[in-house]
Amino acid sequence: MSDALPIEVTLPTPLLELRGISKEFPGVKALDDVSFAIYPGEVHMLLGENGAGKSSLMKVLCGAYRADAGEFYHKGERVAISSTADAQKLGIAVIFQEFSLVPYLDIAQNIFLGREPKGRIPGTIDRRRILADARRVLDTIGFDIDPSTTVDKLGVAQQQMVEIAKAISQNARILVMDEPTAALSDRETELLFALIARLKGDGVAIVYISHRMAEVFALGDRITVLRDGRRIDGVRPADVTPDQLVRMMVGRNVDMTYPRNFADKPGEVLLEVKGLTAPTGIFDINIEVRRGEIVGLCGLVGSGRSEVARAIFGADPVTSGEIIFDGKTISGEPDLAARRGIALIPESRKSEGLALLRSVSDNLVVSALKKLFPSGLFDQRSAQRTADGLIRQLRIATPSARQTVGLLSGGNQQKVVIGKWLAAGSKLFIFDEPTRGIDIGAKSEIFALIDRLVADGAAALMISSEQIEICHVCDRAYVMREGRIAGHLTRSELTEENIVRLGMHHA
Amino acid sequence: MTDITKGAIVPPRSFLSQDAVQLFYRLLAALLICAVLAVLSDSFLSLGNILNVLRQASLTFFIASGLTLVVLTAGLDLSVGANVALSACIAGTIIHKTGSPALGILTGLACGGIVGLLNGIMVTALRIPSFIATYGMLWVLNGLTYWYMAGETLHGFPAGFRQIGSGYLFGLPIPVYLLLVFLGIGTLFAQRTIWGQEIYAIGANPVAARLSGIPVARRLLLVYAVSGTMAGLASIIFLSRLNSAEADIGESLTLPAIAAVLIGGTSLFGGVGTVFGTFIGALILTLVLNGMNLLSVSANWQPLVTGIIVILAVWLDMKTRRRAQ
Repeated sequence: MSDALPIEVTLPTPLLELRGISKEFPGVKALDDVSFAIYPGEVHMLLGENGAGKSSLMKVLCGAYRADAGEFYHKGERVAISSTADAQKLGIAVIFQEFSLVPYLDIAQNIFLGREPKGRIPGTIDRRRILADARRVLDTIGFDIDPSTTVDKLGVAQQQMVEIAKAISQNARILVMDEPTAALSDRETELLFALIARLKGDGVAIVYISHRMAEVFALGDRITVLRDGRRIDGVRPADVTPDQLVRMMVGRNVDMTYPRNFADKPGEVLLEVKGLTAPTGIFDINIEVRRGEIVGLCGLVGSGRSEVARAIFGADPVTSGEIIFDGKTISGEPDLAARRGIALIPESRKSEGLALLRSVSDNLVVSALKKLFPSGLFDQRSAQRTADGLIRQLRIATPSARQTVGLLSGGNQQKVVIGKWLAAGSKLFIFDEPTRGIDIGAKSEIFALIDRLVADGAAALMISSEQIEICHVCDRAYVMREGRIAGHLTRSELTEENIVRLGMHHA
Repeated sequence: MTDITKGAIVPPRSFLSQDAVQLFYRLLAALLICAVLAVLSDSFLSLGNILNVLRQASLTFFIASGLTLVVLTAGLDLSVGANVALSACIAGTIIHKTGSPALGILTGLACGGIVGLLNGIMVTALRIPSFIATYGMLWVLNGLTYWYMAGETLHGFPAGFRQIGSGYLFGLPIPVYLLLVFLGIGTLFAQRTIWGQEIYAIGANPVAARLSGIPVARRLLLVYAVSGTMAGLASIIFLSRLNSAEADIGESLTLPAIAAVLIGGTSLFGGVGTVFGTFIGALILTLVLNGMNLLSVSANWQPLVTGIIVILAVWLDMKTRRRAQ
């Protein structure tokens, strides 16, 4: 299935070929003898779990890291990539998930940052030319926007377009994209895919990193799978099934259907939201969650799902409406909601869920301090015992409770965020994208955990952009559109099609 | 289900925590300075000089200990020196007017605490960055003090009151006892109470702390109030030791207190540091100044040396922390 593909013989000289690339960090072999080739006009999917070496490979390609060993061949000729300038000369451009645009400059200035056309007076910039040049570049990628718009006014998808335009203006022939659709709506994703097809037609090679199976098969011409820093295999989409790919990535069989023991009869109502309206852009939200239930909250990115979660938790102010939890109305700051038994597992676990520099133990007990130490006197050893218990219960892979939490993998960090609320004895768990950036093995563990929680009488409200997850895991779901609840789907109605249909904008 | 640690082989934390290691180096540095001074100067090791160093360090420590809590939350309190001046002048007036040191002490502490609370309100309710809020407060307090004192100097306090700053008990200056007491209380508060833990959590990531159910605003109010109250305490010691009060006594206090906090290893980014470290920081600062006095180095050099020590200490901390990550 690997290098002996007949198609390889007939392909032209690779645009770029990597041979035996290795990169080591103290204690970690990030890349271990990785070889593969990138051909003009292809979409080359790069697959692997978190920590498989994708980002290291990307950084080696763009010259941010220097490979310890291995060779690069550009159109058959041996080249060195030892700086970002080298990579740029070879036509390699990387679109990272975090964009590198300057928010208060306009699109044209961003595209030509550091390469501005000089004006007649020395030290000035030829404003008319920069706008015309930008206009031309934007036209080639089919992005219809005024180049004098400042970047801070653009949405994520538009900023991504600007990044691509910038790469194209530098004559990029190899475009490396790191999960480009992660923050895009379905409509924006379609536009991106159209652009990728266009670039392909122009002979640009695209190295595409993705966690979404559907994209891999919809877009990919070839697939390279990485695991533990090694290249596991190179395949064509037609020759593999999603299950086979997952097995290659994980190195073992993983249950793609998430374990869920659906309750026949849900318990009493735990959370009732009535007519909730908030200045963050949500209107007249009515939601009910019962004990023993996992209730989905879906809709497009930006439809107000996170805002609902934050309003219920007290993290954002509320204009009107009522939140009744466990029979009592609550309104106030997150500390009140937390004390009553509501838990929020926020979307961005690094910036909102964890104190990255503190230990696993510190993070696990932070919400339960009053419960664990009613006298107000804190005891480090007792805190660590509690943490050790949670580490065992949740199978958090960490050398010890004293490990800095920022050093754990994404899945284990997410378990720490959940564990913190287990310690606090929460009754309602609000998950905002609980599996974002988590690899497949850890995903099913997280879902098994949520299942156990609700089986024990807790309840969960789960936001996810992965509709398939909602369908597999939730008892029922609310679908949001433009800040309102657009509909409710029972277990039998819960399909991806129905979610998309309800969540879509009606133009 | 399996463990998910692929690719990310993480080095286990060393046996000693980061804090312990940094404290150890600081103690070592302090001892080293002592050793050097003992060799260079005959009078350094005299009991009188050592007690003098401790007493001087105590004053810096009182202000710096409260400030440490503020800095642990990633804040800063630039008003502490001005707070000391105002509290001292008001406490001094009360003692003069009523003849009751107890009432004066209470007023001084209350004045310091109220100023701190106002800082806290600006930082939490009005969401003014602490650096700016307390910088503004510095000017306000200076203004109030100058207006209130109108160029006058208060002096001559009851002998009993003066004992606080200059008296001895069993051969040790009374401020040294107070130093030990507040070092103990501060350390216990920061390390062994849930409030202390919450303060560290707020400094490490204020957003996560709030979303973890910590009442961030209330804890910040507490921290600024404590910092102000400690400035109030320092004002009493000051008043009692100098036996006088003027409007400008606070001007040379804020920057050394910040220096002690930084030399003590507390990060201005919050979440890292200890009250004990600040004590050692105050000690190192005082030792160096004391040593320069003993060696007859011109006092003009003192700010320069202080600056170099601060930069050196913070740089070394950042280096060790980067390695630890």
